[in-house]
Amino acid sequence: MHKTTKQRTNVDWFLTVLRVTSLAMIAAGLLAFAAQIIDSNNPFARWANPDAISLTGEQFQGLVVTGLAQGAMYGLIALGYSMVYGVLGFINFAHGEVFMVGAMTGAITSNKLAEAGYWESSFVLCLMLVVALSVVVCTITAVIMERVAYRPLRGKPRLIPLITSIGVSFFLQNCVLVLLGSTVKSYPDLPNWLTDKRTFLEIQGSKVLVLAVAALAMVGLWYLVEKTKTGQAMRAVAEDAEIASLMGIDVNRIIVKTFAVGGAMAGVAGILWGLLFRSVIHTTGFLPGIKAFSSAVVGGIGNLGGSMAGGLTIGVAESLGPLMILEPLGVSGPSQLRDAVAFAVLIIVLLVRPSGIFGERLPSEERT
Amino acid sequence: MTVTGKISAIRGAGPAPAHRRRLLDQDWPRLLRAGAVLALGQVFIALSGMPVSFDRRLLIDPVLSLGYLSLLWLPLVVGYWVGREQVLEGMAAYTRGGRDVAAGAIAGLLGNAGLTLLVLGITHFDIRDPLVNWSPQLLDILEFEESVWLGTLIWPAIGAGTGALGGGMHWAGSRTSRTTVTVLLSVFGTAVLESVITDLTQGFHVEAVSDWLYGPKRGLTYPAAIAVAATAVGVMTGLAAYRASPARDGRTTRGNGAATVGGSESARPAWRRMPTRRAMNLVLTVAAIVVLPLFLGRLTNELLANVGLFILLALGLNIIVGLAGILDLGYVAFFAVGGYSVAVLTSPGSPRFDPEIPWFGALFAAMLLAGLAGLFIGAPVIRMRGDYLAIVTLGFGEIIRVLLLSDWLSGTFNGAQGITNVPGVEVFGLATVRGFEPRSVLYLVLVFCAIAVYVSWRLENSRIGRAWMAIREDENVAEAMGVDTVSAKLMAFVTGAVLGSFSGAILSAKVGSVFPHSFAIIVSIVILVVVIFGGMGNIPGVIAGAVVLIGILGGPNQPGLLQEFAEYKILIYGALLVWMMLQRSEGLIPNMRRARELHIDEMNQDVWLRAQAAADDAHNEGGNPRGGRL
Amino acid sequence: MLEITGLHVEFGGLHALNNLDFTVEEGEIVAVIGPNGAGKTTFFNVVSGMVKPTEGRLLFQGRSLLGLDPNKITARGIARTFQNVRLFNNMTVLENVMVSQHCRTRQRILDALLQTRRFRTEEALVRDRGKEVLGFFGTRLTGYRFDQPASVLSYANRRRLEIARAMATSPKLILLDEPVAGMNPVESAELTQLIGKLRDEMGYTIVLIEHDMSVVRDISDRVVVLDHGEAIARGTYAEVSANPQVIEAYLGQTTDGS
Repeated sequence: MHKTTKQRTNVDWFLTVLRVTSLAMIAAGLLAFAAQIIDSNNPFARWANPDAISLTGEQFQGLVVTGLAQGAMYGLIALGYSMVYGVLGFINFAHGEVFMVGAMTGAITSNKLAEAGYWESSFVLCLMLVVALSVVVCTITAVIMERVAYRPLRGKPRLIPLITSIGVSFFLQNCVLVLLGSTVKSYPDLPNWLTDKRTFLEIQGSKVLVLAVAALAMVGLWYLVEKTKTGQAMRAVAEDAEIASLMGIDVNRIIVKTFAVGGAMAGVAGILWGLLFRSVIHTTGFLPGIKAFSSAVVGGIGNLGGSMAGGLTIGVAESLGPLMILEPLGVSGPSQLRDAVAFAVLIIVLLVRPSGIFGERLPSEERT
Repeated sequence: MTVTGKISAIRGAGPAPAHRRRLLDQDWPRLLRAGAVLALGQVFIALSGMPVSFDRRLLIDPVLSLGYLSLLWLPLVVGYWVGREQVLEGMAAYTRGGRDVAAGAIAGLLGNAGLTLLVLGITHFDIRDPLVNWSPQLLDILEFEESVWLGTLIWPAIGAGTGALGGGMHWAGSRTSRTTVTVLLSVFGTAVLESVITDLTQGFHVEAVSDWLYGPKRGLTYPAAIAVAATAVGVMTGLAAYRASPARDGRTTRGNGAATVGGSESARPAWRRMPTRRAMNLVLTVAAIVVLPLFLGRLTNELLANVGLFILLALGLNIIVGLAGILDLGYVAFFAVGGYSVAVLTSPGSPRFDPEIPWFGALFAAMLLAGLAGLFIGAPVIRMRGDYLAIVTLGFGEIIRVLLLSDWLSGTFNGAQGITNVPGVEVFGLATVRGFEPRSVLYLVLVFCAIAVYVSWRLENSRIGRAWMAIREDENVAEAMGVDTVSAKLMAFVTGAVLGSFSGAILSAKVGSVFPHSFAIIVSIVILVVVIFGGMGNIPGVIAGAVVLIGILGGPNQPGLLQEFAEYKILIYGALLVWMMLQRSEGLIPNMRRARELHIDEMNQDVWLRAQAAADDAHNEGGNPRGGRL
Repeated sequence: MLEITGLHVEFGGLHALNNLDFTVEEGEIVAVIGPNGAGKTTFFNVVSGMVKPTEGRLLFQGRSLLGLDPNKITARGIARTFQNVRLFNNMTVLENVMVSQHCRTRQRILDALLQTRRFRTEEALVRDRGKEVLGFFGTRLTGYRFDQPASVLSYANRRRLEIARAMATSPKLILLDEPVAGMNPVESAELTQLIGKLRDEMGYTIVLIEHDMSVVRDISDRVVVLDHGEAIARGTYAEVSANPQVIEAYLGQTTDGS
């Protein structure tokens, strides 16, 4: 449709080179990986990395499932970023800390339950209780955060609330540090059916549980946003807050609800983290938080399905990328570069598709 | 207030007759809210462990420790805050009086009741498992090592007292309250800064002063506290007398006049345009800065060197964030590039690049590499929306740290072991700057700070500086006015990166080693807080921000004056950032670029015109602002 | 001077401009009028490069403007003002007109750092040129005003400063978007006169969007009427105001402007 061509500047050329190189690197890595799978002695495989060890099918499956489980967790956190961005147009940097608060709550309550002996005797009930508590605590945290730090800044240029939220993030993180101490809090042992690998398709039970819970939460959220009156109001506020308020929607209430729902999702994600990694510390929220935000951007911010998909993309990419792309290219110790891979995915996606894989849904004035 | 009430208040224009209110004629909901906030705050401080860990640190020898002070300041602040009722113009004016004191006292009492609850809680329940500071030690402190009853009763009383003091500030009038605040601050300041003051007195060979001031447990002795208070009062009175004297008035007016004339000169270089008085001040300041380190002790020099490193970083980030308005959260990347390039090139301990080169050569390479890094990081992000840009730069910063840490590149950067044995700086055979000689490091840092200040100052008042400011104000309009925003923003990245690399280069020579963990995200955040706290886009502001924050609290890996607060540093940085944004987003020293006072007639005209335009809009049609008249 | 043929602009299926042809000769004052939402400001955005057209040809002094960044278009000699005044509010009045000379100046960072002769003479030139441009509006923007931040100016003065800022880019063609909106009748008449002077004394070619018909009548050589992104009439003010299609679309509703 665009018949006009843009005259290219140096920066454009540089970006094109960057795009092509990064995609070519990915392609080369994947090709080398494939070459090693087919025949580990063929010249191409040996050229790229003579010492590469190809993955067995089982390892591959394990990596995919781990990636999906983590991705689902990122996706749940990303929903909070995405909803707040959709409604208020700023990145709530501190959302990752809400997630950490959830994981902490989970660690504390589950340990108390384990001490009392309920954790082993009625695990499912306990887990539900822990999730419920974590959701409540996270919701309250998110709502207080909105009330104290963000509401007074409504209508300011959006970098101001962003900077504020960075402050909130470090404040929350260190509140937890000084109140709860700097030791690692671990979750009590999980029952055998969750830790063993024989439940379903040789997949660890806890990962299946994580995926199931994430799917459930996603369905619940979808129902809330698409089918209820609150959801309708949220979408209206996201489209145009001013008009929505003229239509009799209490914008403040809706914004609080948005934060609350985001907080609840982060609470669920916090428990999932506990089930997957079994330990939590005050800095736990930071990196997953940023990766979750990256997921929201990769999926197309403001787009809830996209956020979950973005989360899964980043989760799988950081799980598989090091071994499927970096290792075949001869990078040693590739698993150390997981975090770098996650951010590289963000950068590459933004270079190739600036509005995310599934497209943004943003308030009207942001689109131009 | 009811509608009719409001209307009558508006009709009765002009200040209503002042009246005195009764003690309990209070805004109760507000008081309750303040009390609740205070209670939460006090319990939080108590449980954060400050009282326990600061208990040993005495401020005034036998009576007051830093631990107790941490529980005393908040009621004072809250008391001051509740005493300050907003007086709407022309609506309700009343005489300040006992009511303010009562408000402060009530809020303090209610708030400290939180501590009473805490005392009872700790005696009856044990939840030390999650809350690490829910401990007998805390209970001892809260009970003054006496009994539960003392603990439960005394805190509300203390709260009422300090709250009343806070509220009373309004009653006492500005002179008295300012004097009180100064006295409190100077006494506690002298007490808290014991280590550095001792260091100073040693530098000037007057150890007797500090020996007399401080007792064996590092607190001020009684007579010393009284002497400090008296000095503070004396200085305050002297200053007030000086301000009132006519001689000073004459000088200020002349000074301003000179400044105005100086501003409009043209083709001569800047230093010649400067009025003589300002030039003299500048010369004096520079002389003081050059001479002072000779008299300072190790500790102070070390501290100032750290401050200087952060001034360099903050000036660099200020070009990116403050001038060009690009929120770069990965600024630490350039710091890392500077530090690691120098370490790799100069250290015999680095795994690669064996013929080691002198520091200045390495610095040149570091600048070059940092500039390239600026281009490389800048180019992909430059067209992104502001907030995406923030996250992506943060991602770049993290990627660089991960790469430095990785096995993959450990052949160059040595992974988590870092690079050690970085030699000092040979200054053209004249002197050597080494980490264990903080004075030499300080001089090196000062030279580079001077360069950075000069660069920032010259660029700010040049073509590119104006372009940056225009981009900060409104990027689209800047573009439409012929500013090549892409290359201007890239230049901002490159300039900021080069200034940041100076700091890294000095750091690695100073410490003698570099490790990946020195370049974590928190460094970027602290630099950002410094820039925002000082006042974005304002060179003196940024310097003041670095001096105050890094000097007092310390950097992420560097101790500050208040070494006791090391654990709480980042907590305070976070809270400060939020508070700054909510209350004073323009920073400590706002960037009022040569702003003269507002002209009232113009303002009024403006208001009138806008009202006209709005009326026209309403008259014509809703949607389009300032719609047509046709 | 400016030749536009077959210009289309689409926003998500919505035709903001539809097959627009438009020419401006050197030394003309052309007014663009039309009801709100007719695409007038979009037209300006396309000419100044802030919106990329879907289709069409855009020639300025015989060279195509398509695909150029706004700053390159400004460098070619087209400057504009904005409907909702968009000044650099925290910069001083003088800095506002200095920054817009960006594309006419050549100093580099090293010049500024080393205080070279080139830097000093160029700074002086930029400053003098800025003062000269501000002086065009009498004493309203001069003297102590030079060093005031733009945010403290009155509404009318902000509009004036915007025009001054456009003039400082040394353009050949100026696009004025509702220059007198929000001004009182006296100020509006005065500015109308100044716009005339812009052409007669400074030699700029001017295209302006205006709702105030008295301004349009007083200064425009030609009028183009836009409606729904299409040019429905063109000619002198008298011709256009007599055009039944225009009256029906637009003038017929109110008569107070003329």
